[in-house]
Amino acid sequence: MHDKTVTQLAAALDSGELSCRELTSHFLQRIEKTDDQLNSFITVTAEQALIKADAADKARASGKAGKLTGIPLALKDIFCTQGVKTSCGSKMLDNFIAPYDATVVEKLSAAGTISLGKTNMDEFAMGSSNENSHYGAVKNPWDLSAVPGGSSGGSAAAVAAGLIPAAMGTDTGGSIRQPAAFCGITGLKPTYGRVSRYGMIAYASSLDQAGPMARTAEDCAHLMNVIAGHDVRDSTSVARGVPDYTETLNAPLSGLKIGLPTEYFGDGLDPEVEKAVRDAVKVYESLGASVRDVSLPHTHYAIPAYYVIAPAEASSNLSRFDGVRFGHRCDAPADLVDLYTRSRAEGFGEEVKRRILIGTHTLSEGFFDAYYTKAQQVRRLIRQDFLDAFEDVDVLMGPASPTPAFDLGAKKDPVSMYLQDIYTIAVNLAGIPGISVPAGFAGGRPVGLQILGTHFAEAQLLNVAHQFQQATGWHLQLPAFAEENA
Amino acid sequence: MQWETVIGLEVHVQLATRSKIFSGASTAFGAEPNTQACAVDLGLPGVLPVLNEQAVAMAVQFGLAVHAEIPEVSVFDRKNYFYPDLPKGYQTSQMYHPIVGAGEVEITLDDDTTKRIRIHHAHLEEDAGKSLHEDFHGMTGIDLNRAGTPLLEIVSEPDMRSAKEAAAYLKAIHSIVTYLGISDGNMAEGSMRCDVNVSVRPKGQDAFGTRAEIKNVNSFRFVERAIAFEVERQIELIEDGGKVVQETRLFDPERDETRSMRTKEEANDYRYFPCPDLLPVVLDQAYLDHLRSQLPELPADKRARFQSKLGLSAYDANVLSASRDMAEFFEEVHRVCGDAKQAANWVQGELSGALNRENLSIQHSPVSAQQLGELISRVLDDTINGKAAKQVFQALWNGQGESADAVIEAKGLKQVTDTGAIEAMIDQVIAESPAQVAQYRDSEPEKRGKMIGYFVGQVMKASRGTANPQQVNGLLKEKLDALL
Repeated sequence: MHDKTVTQLAAALDSGELSCRELTSHFLQRIEKTDDQLNSFITVTAEQALIKADAADKARASGKAGKLTGIPLALKDIFCTQGVKTSCGSKMLDNFIAPYDATVVEKLSAAGTISLGKTNMDEFAMGSSNENSHYGAVKNPWDLSAVPGGSSGGSAAAVAAGLIPAAMGTDTGGSIRQPAAFCGITGLKPTYGRVSRYGMIAYASSLDQAGPMARTAEDCAHLMNVIAGHDVRDSTSVARGVPDYTETLNAPLSGLKIGLPTEYFGDGLDPEVEKAVRDAVKVYESLGASVRDVSLPHTHYAIPAYYVIAPAEASSNLSRFDGVRFGHRCDAPADLVDLYTRSRAEGFGEEVKRRILIGTHTLSEGFFDAYYTKAQQVRRLIRQDFLDAFEDVDVLMGPASPTPAFDLGAKKDPVSMYLQDIYTIAVNLAGIPGISVPAGFAGGRPVGLQILGTHFAEAQLLNVAHQFQQATGWHLQLPAFAEENA
Repeated sequence: MQWETVIGLEVHVQLATRSKIFSGASTAFGAEPNTQACAVDLGLPGVLPVLNEQAVAMAVQFGLAVHAEIPEVSVFDRKNYFYPDLPKGYQTSQMYHPIVGAGEVEITLDDDTTKRIRIHHAHLEEDAGKSLHEDFHGMTGIDLNRAGTPLLEIVSEPDMRSAKEAAAYLKAIHSIVTYLGISDGNMAEGSMRCDVNVSVRPKGQDAFGTRAEIKNVNSFRFVERAIAFEVERQIELIEDGGKVVQETRLFDPERDETRSMRTKEEANDYRYFPCPDLLPVVLDQAYLDHLRSQLPELPADKRARFQSKLGLSAYDANVLSASRDMAEFFEEVHRVCGDAKQAANWVQGELSGALNRENLSIQHSPVSAQQLGELISRVLDDTINGKAAKQVFQALWNGQGESADAVIEAKGLKQVTDTGAIEAMIDQVIAESPAQVAQYRDSEPEKRGKMIGYFVGQVMKASRGTANPQQVNGLLKEKLDALL
């Protein structure tokens, strides 16, 4: 069962071949048996899941079921869940139980899916390796000495290892696409504003975007059908009709114009990763697509701009973690300043503190224009680069990450870690959608092909990704871990 | 040396929306602590603000009322600082692109002249919560009911030159916001508070002196007193060879003084930046036109109309237009009786006196505008005389009659204008007052006019106040003179 896609499992539930309880129990057992090696879950909600599974079976029996009723999945621990701990990977929120569900959670629940728990993540979504979690690093099921990528590493690893057929992630600078690439699964970062941020603990509000992580693009399409759409509780969510993302999956690709950004194939790109990506592009040519080189001239400013804007917003968003109302509070504070400083010093990890300090500095008087205002100008140029490119081509393709998954502990220098997101970050700055699909291996570790489209082109990206998955088998490959521990 | 005072005000007006500026929680005053604070107001992780459209409409209405520019786009910014009653660690406000641009307000000074005070801008922001120190030993309680209440901060140019002007400006703002109905203007409940920037400079000097900011002054009277104290303090300081430092001060009404709170060096760096959770507010012309068409007549226009169309004095027009309730009451009285002067006299005289004595606001007047208008009509058409009118008013005030006519009828206060009846009473009074008649006869002719008062009084008494005083006067004179 663990190697099946959401689509296949839904069909099995439909035919009565499987019950929701069987399915849920199966994945719960897998999690229980193997997750101590992966550390992909922070919280497992077995009891609630089984209750919901029984309810789902009843709904299916009475013909009141939707497409995804009874499908188990997992939620990155950044999504608030009523009555269940939402830690955001931080000691700061180790005791936090939200009194509400995030909109995404509410929608998934209304669609009948069953959350089996909350997946591990880099603290407050800050990281590219999942080594910054208060709950310890997550391991890559393809190689337990490798990182799964971050910050949605727990979600990616759990799906790759077959502990769950799908999971929700969030992507602020590549946090869905890069771990999806590292773990050999499919991850979609939708257009900014396509999916509500309500109830998603904010890292950088203008960049954060929730999205699905699953084995296939088709599964991602099913999940998008549930989670996409306007939310009156999130002013930045866009009031725009939601298409049926599964309807266009099989549209032919003949005539598709693919652009390869020259900036995505330069120095620092692992040759094996490059080869896998170029081979994937050849598959598209065989499907009738044409390929040309394009330029995104401001690409090299993306990381500096991101590391001004994201920490600036984070420094403000994380101010509410002050020990006053919820979350970690230091013991016996001497006075107010002591309460603030010790609670925050004890509650936040190193990377979070680093980014808060960067953000506080760049917003401060005398530096604001030089950093923040300038970064916003750069952001506009980067967005314009993409819009210009999409005048000529339908989609852009390139690697999701310059290298395959690296070893745990390999990147000690924060800047070298930041450079991991070199191909993903500009996408968040521009607000456009991007998807990573498995496209081969480098050094035995998965490689992700990243496909980018213009704003609200999710249906097209899913179509382009799905057609690749119809023509290739990379997405069907499972790590040995998934089988050995079955 | 001659000193000139320079004053600018930042007035915080609590907008009368039903729910908060970024959440659906109620804004009602006086609830149990933390019962009107939802997840958004508590700043719980993951929650997001949604702008209250009513707060936007109210801010724009204010802007239109002070003839301000309303920019097409305004933006919310975050003002970052830590404080226990600031749940998110930042206040959502407007720094760089406020919703209301430059405008102006007319104030009326004591000598009935007017002066224009420029408004620099007005911006929307959320209020913080409250820290409660009294009820907790060695600890602080936090009440977040007020957190997220919409405020309009109205920032003036430093155009005021005296404490009186500052108070007049504050009153003008109060009058505009209450006319618009965008705030209840209740200063005691904190619906209006202001920060006062005060500096002094030698008369004739262009450059401003160093200013001190007095925080959170919450009454018209305290504004005057705080400024008076502060001006004196600054002048003394400079004349003694000292220097005013830029700082924030607090006014202590008990001691009638201002005290230093924090200096510029200790001031926060608020790290303003555009709030990424809220979209820019974009207002189109049709929306502005719509709001403009809904504006009521504003105090300055009303005042001008009262003078030009109704012929009221500047003083009367000013008093009667200061509050919308007062103005509306007056206009109703005027509509019923048709005489603006009389209506103004009664509203400001008898009615205001009675309201003041019982500490009632005009909305709660026991005598309605309709009743008062009818009462005045009965004076104007000679049904009753002025003296009886006061009795009628008192009866209406005490609820002893539905209308002036009913009271007049019940108490028999109808004025006697029948010459025969009056003559009969006069004859009787003359017959019963031989000594006074003799005195009258023996007096110098020029003193007789004064002496007639005694007879008038007697006749009025005999008529129980209902005789027409003019007729009594005329007939008495004839009859007494006939005795000479």
